[in-house]
Amino acid sequence: MTGHRLFWPSAALIALLLGNLVVSPRFFAVEIRDGHLYGNLIDILRNGSPLILIAVGMTLVIATRGIDLSVGAVVAVSGAVACVQLAGANVVVSVALALGLCLVLGAWNGWLVAGLKIQPIVATLILMVAGRGLAQLITGGQIVTVTNGPFLAIAGGYLLTLPLSFLIAMAVYALTSLIVRRSALGMVLESVGGNPEASRLSGLRSGRLIWLCYVFSGLCAGVAGLIISSNVTGADGNNAGLWIELDAILAVVIGGTQLTGGRFSLGGTVIGALLIQTLTTTVYALGIPSQETLLFKAVVVTVVCLVQSPAFRAKLAGRRRRPRPTAVQTRSDQVEVAS
Amino acid sequence: MVRTRVALLVAGVLGLSMVTGCGGGSTAAGGGGGAVTLGFAQVGAESGWRTANTKSIQDSAKDAGITLKFSDAQQKQANQIQAIRSYIQQHVGVIAFSPVVETGWDTVLKEAKTAGIPVILTDRAIDSTDTTLYKSFLGSDFVNEGKEAGDWVAKEYGSATGPVNIAVLEGTTGSAPANDRSKGFNDVIKADPKFKVVASQDGDFTRAQGKQVMESFLKSQSKIDVLFAQNDDMGLGALDAIKAAGLTPGKDIKIVTVDGTHDGLQALADGKFNYVVECNPLLGPQLMDLVKKVAAGQSVPNRILTKETAFDQAAAKAALPSRQY
Repeated sequence: MTGHRLFWPSAALIALLLGNLVVSPRFFAVEIRDGHLYGNLIDILRNGSPLILIAVGMTLVIATRGIDLSVGAVVAVSGAVACVQLAGANVVVSVALALGLCLVLGAWNGWLVAGLKIQPIVATLILMVAGRGLAQLITGGQIVTVTNGPFLAIAGGYLLTLPLSFLIAMAVYALTSLIVRRSALGMVLESVGGNPEASRLSGLRSGRLIWLCYVFSGLCAGVAGLIISSNVTGADGNNAGLWIELDAILAVVIGGTQLTGGRFSLGGTVIGALLIQTLTTTVYALGIPSQETLLFKAVVVTVVCLVQSPAFRAKLAGRRRRPRPTAVQTRSDQVEVAS
Repeated sequence: MVRTRVALLVAGVLGLSMVTGCGGGSTAAGGGGGAVTLGFAQVGAESGWRTANTKSIQDSAKDAGITLKFSDAQQKQANQIQAIRSYIQQHVGVIAFSPVVETGWDTVLKEAKTAGIPVILTDRAIDSTDTTLYKSFLGSDFVNEGKEAGDWVAKEYGSATGPVNIAVLEGTTGSAPANDRSKGFNDVIKADPKFKVVASQDGDFTRAQGKQVMESFLKSQSKIDVLFAQNDDMGLGALDAIKAAGLTPGKDIKIVTVDGTHDGLQALADGKFNYVVECNPLLGPQLMDLVKKVAAGQSVPNRILTKETAFDQAAAKAALPSRQY
């Protein structure tokens, strides 16, 4: 069982939740309030949904050996456009404009990476810096407050007692999984990430596929931006989505996808994102003093990364004088791609 | 491969920061005759208060005929130090800045002193034993703001018998307003043992953090009577969390905040907040007077307070129409 790729991230998440249970027994309490579920666990799902969305987009980008540093800035742009537009237009138009612009920004990243062959980390760094400036330009440097009911429902609303934002994130995850795993797309992506040149020579249009991944990542960040700005009832060009790109990359890595591209796990990414959000909620729930918050997070993340590392586990096992052959990771559901 | 990527990333970051660092471009020397050049290193644009502060400084510099070089540190001390260094290199007449955190300024301020450029602190103080590093500190008395918030709580619950549970949304850890507002507030409420701070966490002065932290408070604490949010934005974020918990902000949980932004006063007028202590961001005109005096070599007081007041719900309704920020 420990060989399954989702075992270690899931174990870490469960351990963290159980730790909370030990320290504060009320942590798991979920009740119905105002016709919807209410509790710490629901908060984790709701507040974690932007990160899940972004991390799902990031997973596909990382699978192609790329990286998208611009997602945090795209979040800010998306919220800024939507909130500024809401002053004069209706919700549908505002949201459509925001997401439209995010698609364009994603296409720009994709063009730099796939078209001009610029290193992904550099190509997306441009928008990471410029995008936040763009967001502040759109909002005029102010926090634009919105009071539009339907827009605020994106993050504050509930459907079937569950947070709407979480349902959106799950819908995107389910749809993405369905498309990449029920068609050849997933395999093709892993092939491109494993070896772009070999894939191209064997007839795959690597460039267009890579471009599409960045467009998709931009779209995911755009939706996350809507949720984030809806959540705080305003567009904050400076703080919305700040450093979320790092959390997203961490979520992907915790989920078992390697930064070197190739094989990827969307399910693992979702668990990774939930783990990171649980960590944040834990800090607040346990009342860890502000000065110690970052250290606490760093320690937990380090432990999670260590237990995930086969080399570290092998060392640990070795010290216990129980020599074991290195675990061969079996993947019955996927095709191995030579790289 | 990895190494090239890292190298490229570093090169990219350096390149970008150089572009922003040299943004001013002009070599206008300030101080000696003609227009005074003021280099201002702002904290960031983290709240409505801050953007009002920025606008006030930019507008009044224009009115006073002072050439303003403005930089935004995005809440990072390293960025601010870099901006100050670039002002020293450009030989501006006066440097003013609003320190992100209280400590760690001695080296860069000594460099400014060596270069003969006077420094003015605005809005936030620094924690240094060497008071010759800056000419003057213009800004609010944060300890007093915390104290006023505490006074209101003490008065509001003066006749209450049972314990009064207080939750605090702190500002950015280590910043002067967070430290001082906590101090002023705690000084007042610790006088009466019925007041208990049951939860206190960093909300980073932003709405998003304020909301998440408050959500968690509401679950970990069985009863919260009063919320002290150290700025309006965190209080505004907390409103949603309180509503989601099925409680009425302003009634089930009384809220006292510091700042007095337009959105904050609106919430106060709507009965969602109960008391707002003003922290006036419009210190631009006072700052420009000070800059002119310092540039002309006149002596100035070491500490200058900005004009401030406090609002209850009725006062907020009266003040709202003329609120600029």
